[in-house]
Amino acid sequence: MSKAESTETTVEDGVIQSVSGPVVSARDLDARMNDVVYVGDEGLMGEVIEIEGNITTVQVYEETSGVGPGEPVENTGEPLSVDLGPGMLDAIYDGVQRPLDVLEGKMESPYLDRGVDAPGIDLEKEWEFEPTVEVGDEVGRGDVVGVVEETVTIDHKVMVPPDALEEGETTEVTAIEAGSFDVTETVAELANGTDVSMHQEWPVREARPTVEKRTPRQPLVSGQRILDGLFPIAKGGTAAIPGPFGSGKTVTQHQLAKYADADIIVYVGCGERGNEMTEVIEDFPELEDPANGNPLMARTSLIANTSNMPVAARESCIYTGITIAEYYRDMGYDVALMADSTSRWAEAMREISSRLEEMPGEEGYPAYLAARLAQFYERAGYFENVNGTEGSVSAIGAVSPPGGDFSEPVTQNTLRIVKTFWALDADLAERRHFPSINWNESYSLYKDQLDPWFEEHVEEDWAEKRQWAVDILDEETELQEIVQLVGKDALPDDQQLTLEVARYLREAYLQQNAFHPVDTFCPPEKTYLMLTTIETFHDEAFDALEAGVPVEDIVDTEAAPRINRIGVQEDYEEYIEDLKSAIADELRSLY
Amino acid sequence: MKEYQTITEISGPLVYAEVDEAIGYDEIVEIETAQGETLRGQVLESSEGVVAIQVFEGTSGIDQNASVRFLGETMKMPVTEDLLGRVLDGSGRPIDGGPEIVPEERQDIVGAAINPYSREYPEEFIETGVSAIDGMNTLVRGQKLPIFSSSGQPHSELAMQIARQASVPEEEGDDEEDEEGSEFAVIFGAMGITQEEANEFMEDFERTGALERSVVFMNLADDPAVERTVTPRMVLTTAEYLAFEKDYHVLVILTDMTNYCEALREIGAAREEVPGRRGYPGYMYTDLAQLYERAGRIEGREGSVTQIPILTMPGDDDTHPIPDLTGYITEGQIYVDPDLNSQGLQPPVNVLPSLSRLMDDGIGEGLTRADHADLKDQMFAAYAEGEDLRDLVNIVGREALSDLDNKYLDFADRFEAEFIDQGFDTNRDIEETLDLGWELVSMLPKDALNRIDEEFIEEYYHEDDSEQQVVESAD
Ligand SMILES: Nc1ncnc2c1ncn2[C@@H]1O[C@H](COP(=O)(O)OP(=O)(O)OP(=O)(O)O)[C@@H](O)[C@H]1O
Ligand SMILES: [Mg+2]
Repeated sequence: MSKAESTETTVEDGVIQSVSGPVVSARDLDARMNDVVYVGDEGLMGEVIEIEGNITTVQVYEETSGVGPGEPVENTGEPLSVDLGPGMLDAIYDGVQRPLDVLEGKMESPYLDRGVDAPGIDLEKEWEFEPTVEVGDEVGRGDVVGVVEETVTIDHKVMVPPDALEEGETTEVTAIEAGSFDVTETVAELANGTDVSMHQEWPVREARPTVEKRTPRQPLVSGQRILDGLFPIAKGGTAAIPGPFGSGKTVTQHQLAKYADADIIVYVGCGERGNEMTEVIEDFPELEDPANGNPLMARTSLIANTSNMPVAARESCIYTGITIAEYYRDMGYDVALMADSTSRWAEAMREISSRLEEMPGEEGYPAYLAARLAQFYERAGYFENVNGTEGSVSAIGAVSPPGGDFSEPVTQNTLRIVKTFWALDADLAERRHFPSINWNESYSLYKDQLDPWFEEHVEEDWAEKRQWAVDILDEETELQEIVQLVGKDALPDDQQLTLEVARYLREAYLQQNAFHPVDTFCPPEKTYLMLTTIETFHDEAFDALEAGVPVEDIVDTEAAPRINRIGVQEDYEEYIEDLKSAIADELRSLY
Repeated sequence: MKEYQTITEISGPLVYAEVDEAIGYDEIVEIETAQGETLRGQVLESSEGVVAIQVFEGTSGIDQNASVRFLGETMKMPVTEDLLGRVLDGSGRPIDGGPEIVPEERQDIVGAAINPYSREYPEEFIETGVSAIDGMNTLVRGQKLPIFSSSGQPHSELAMQIARQASVPEEEGDDEEDEEGSEFAVIFGAMGITQEEANEFMEDFERTGALERSVVFMNLADDPAVERTVTPRMVLTTAEYLAFEKDYHVLVILTDMTNYCEALREIGAAREEVPGRRGYPGYMYTDLAQLYERAGRIEGREGSVTQIPILTMPGDDDTHPIPDLTGYITEGQIYVDPDLNSQGLQPPVNVLPSLSRLMDDGIGEGLTRADHADLKDQMFAAYAEGEDLRDLVNIVGREALSDLDNKYLDFADRFEAEFIDQGFDTNRDIEETLDLGWELVSMLPKDALNRIDEEFIEEYYHEDDSEQQVVESAD
C-alpha cells in the first residue's frame, strides 16, 4: 500500500507471537502475501513474506528493538506500492519511498526515528497542469492527457493509469481543464468513469505493462572513454560492475549518474555508505547537466537505504527504484538506473531467508537468488510503451564479491543475465590506474548493434579504430609476459615500440580522472580523436623505425608525451591537431 | 519488575527462560546466580512464553535456580562530559576508582541510523603528521579509516602517533568559531586486547596528558567475550554524545575489531544459525555497518566522530571476511605491512593498497595545497612502477634496465627510506610532507611526470636534483 492513502482499509488485527531482528511472526492475521502491515504499538511498517497456517511472518522496515509478543499487527490489505507523480525528481527516499528530507522535519532529529511515515510525493503541492488532449478526444491506457513542469529539465506527463482500461480499449475525455492542482485532484474525467489525477500507485514487485521489448540500438553515452570507446552500454541495456572494495564501483556509478545522456537518473544506494549519498545530495544540485546546463538534481531521483538502515528496506529499495524508473519510461523517457550495490540487496534476501529458516542454496543465499536477479534486470530494456511511445530503462548494477572473487553466486548469476561486464581490478586500483576497469576481462555484447550509431554520429571508422586499439592492447598483454621474464630491452625494436604505443593507450586513453574538472567528462568525439592521435604516433613511429631510427630515439621525443595531456584539454580539437603535426614533424626529422 | 526462576536451557553464552508476560526484543536482563553474582544480558529473540538471552559475562555459574529479571528497557549508556578522563570497563562501569558517574542523559546504545539527508560531507583535513597518511591517504574529520594489520605489528604505535599528533591546521578567518566550541577528544575502546597492549595505550595517554580529554573503555583478553559486542556500542554512543551534543571533535580508536567479530561468531554458533563465510554470521556486514556508519558529521552540529578501528587480519589475508567486510564499509584503509616492518620502517605503512576515499574532497587549494592531488597521483604511479621493477631486477639485474627504469627503482627506495620511514615520534606538517614528495619526484625527468599539471611542475620541480641524478647514474 502506498502512504498517500489513509489506513482506513484496515482488515483484521493480529497479535505478535515472536520477534527476531527484522522478522516478526503474528497470529490470527488475515493477510495475503506481500500485504503491507503495521507492527506493534508504534505501528512499524512491514510486509508479509510468509504465511503458514495461522502464523503470518512479516519483514519489518524499521528497527524492532523493544517490540514484544502480544503487541498488535494491523493489516492494510494492500501490497507494497510506490506513489508515482510529479515530485519524485530532486527527491531523496529511503527503501520504502519515505522522503528523507520530510522525515528529518517530522522527526526533528538527524537520526531516523521509528514509526514515522510520509507519502512519497507531496500531496499538497500544487502543479500547473497543461492539458494535451481536449474534451471529446479518445484515449487509451497509458495515454498522456497533459503535462506539468516537474523540474526545469523534465516535463512530467500525466497519464491514464494502465489498469483503467483494457488493452486496445479507448474511451472519451469528458472533462479536462488547465490550472493549478495538487496530485490528489482530478485533472481529467473519462467516459468510462475513470478520474485521472497526477497521482498513481503501483505495487513495486510487479513490472509496469508494456507492448514489447525492442533491440536497443542507441548507446547510453557516458563520457567515460573506456566505456564509450571499448565497452559501451545501450539505452535500455544492462551492465554489471563487479569489483573488490575500493576498486571504483561507486565512482563509476556516480560518473554515469552525472554524465550519461539519459533523460532521467534513478540512483539507488542499496546498503552502502551514508556519506556517498550525502555527496550526491551536496554535489548534484551544483553540477550542470551536460545536456542543458540545468542542475543535475533536476533529472535525478535518489533512493538511499544505507548499510546501517533496516535490512528489510534494503531488500525493497531496488524494487522502489525500478518502479519509479518504469514510470518515467512510460512517459517516453530514457531512464538510467544505478544500483550500488546489488550484492547488499542479495545479502538482505539472504538475511531474511535465513531468519525464515528457508533451505539455503549456494553460500547461504536463498534458492530464488538467481530468479530475483533475473527479474530485476528483465525490467530493464528498450520498450514500446502501452501509449505507443518508446522509452528505455538501462540498469547498471554494482556487485561487491566477497574477497573480490568473481566466482561467487551474486557475480555469477548476474553475469548470466547482463550484457555488459565492466570488471574492476584491484591491481589497477592499487597503482591508481582509474577507472580500474580491466580491458582484458570486460566485454560488451552491445558493441555491434551500437556501432552504426557511433559511425553515424561520430566518425565512420569508429569500429575500426576501436579494433586497432584492442589489438595493440592484446599484443601488449602477451609481450608483458615476456618482459616479466627478461626485461624490456631484450625485446626486438618493433615490439618495444608496440609497448610504447600501448603505454599511451593505457595511460592517456584508458585512464580518466574523475576528479579533474575537464577530464571527468569526455565526449565521444574527443574519445575518438584521442585514439587517432595515438595512432598517428604509432604510424609515424613505425615509419621512423623502418627508416633506421633507433627505438630509444623514437621513445625519447618531446611531442609524444603531450598525448598524456589531451584528457585535461578543454579545447582539445586544436590541441590535437597541433600535437599530431608536432609528432609527425619531430619523428620525421629523425631520418 | 517480575523475577523468574524458569531457566530451561543453557547453551554457550545463551540462556532460555520461560516467561508469562511480553518481553521486548533487545531488552536488558539481569541474572542473579545462586552464589549471589549478578550477570547482565540482552534478549536475542522473544516469543510468546519463552525468550533467548545472550549473557555478556558468559553463562558459567548459571544454573536453573538462577533468577532472571527483565529491566523493561534496551541497553543504555549513561553519558556526561564528566566521562572525559575516566577509565571504564567494557560495559561502561568505572574501574579507575574515581567518583561515581552522574549521567546527564542515558542513551540507547543501539544508535539510530543517521538520516543520510542530515549528514554533512566530511572534507576537513586532519593533519596526523604522518606522511604516509597526510600525503598519500589523507584523513578527514568524520571519516572512518581502519588500520589493517596483523598480529605482532606496530599498529598500536601508529594509532597512538595519530592520536597524539592529530590536529586541524587553522584557517584564517573562521578560527574563532572553531576555537570556542570544538575541542578534541579521544575515545578508546579496547576489545579483547592483552593487558600489556592496553598498558601501552594507557601509558602513552598518561605521558602525553591525553587522558584528560579521553574516555577509555576496557574489555581485555580475559574479560567476557560476549561483552565485546556491547563495548563498541558504548564507545560510539559516548562519541556521538560528545560530538553532536557537546561539540567535540572525537577520534574513536577501536581495537581489535577482529576480537569483536570472533564474539559475534561465537554467539551465532551458540544460536545454531546458518553460518556465512568461514563461520561468521551472514549478517556481519550489517552488524559492522551499524558500528562504522556511526562516524561522520551532521549538518548544523559543530562536532564530528572520526573512527580509526584497528583489526588484525587472520593470516595477514585481506580477503578474510573481517577485513573484507570492513573494507566494504569504511572509507578506505591503511595497511600495516609485515615486510616493511621487518625492514624497520616506522610506520611500516604500505601506501599502495591503502586508500582514503574522502581524500579527494579534503585536499587541494585552501585545504592542503593546490598541487597535492597531482603530486600524490604521481608518487603512487612512480612507487608502483618501482615496486614492479624490483621483481624484474632480481632476474635481469640493474644493467639490463633503462635509465628511466633505474630512476624508478631509486625512487621506490628513497620513497620508503625518507617519505615513509619517518619514525613514530616525528611530526611532519603537510608542507614538509609535500616538499619531500617534490624532492623525490624530481628524481624523475619532467616529461615522466604525466600526472602533474605543467603549472605545478613549473613551480615545484627541483631542476638541479634531476641533473645531479643524471650525472650520478652516468658514471
Ligand atoms: N575514475 C576515477 N578517477 C579517480 N579516482 C578514482 C576513480 N575511480 C575510483 N577512484 C578512486 O578510488 C576510490 C575508491 O572508489 P569507489 O569508492 O568507487 O570504490 P568501490 O568499488 O565503490 O568500493 P566499495 O565496494 O568499498 O564501495 C575513490 O575514492 C577514488 O579515490
Ligand atoms: Mg562503493
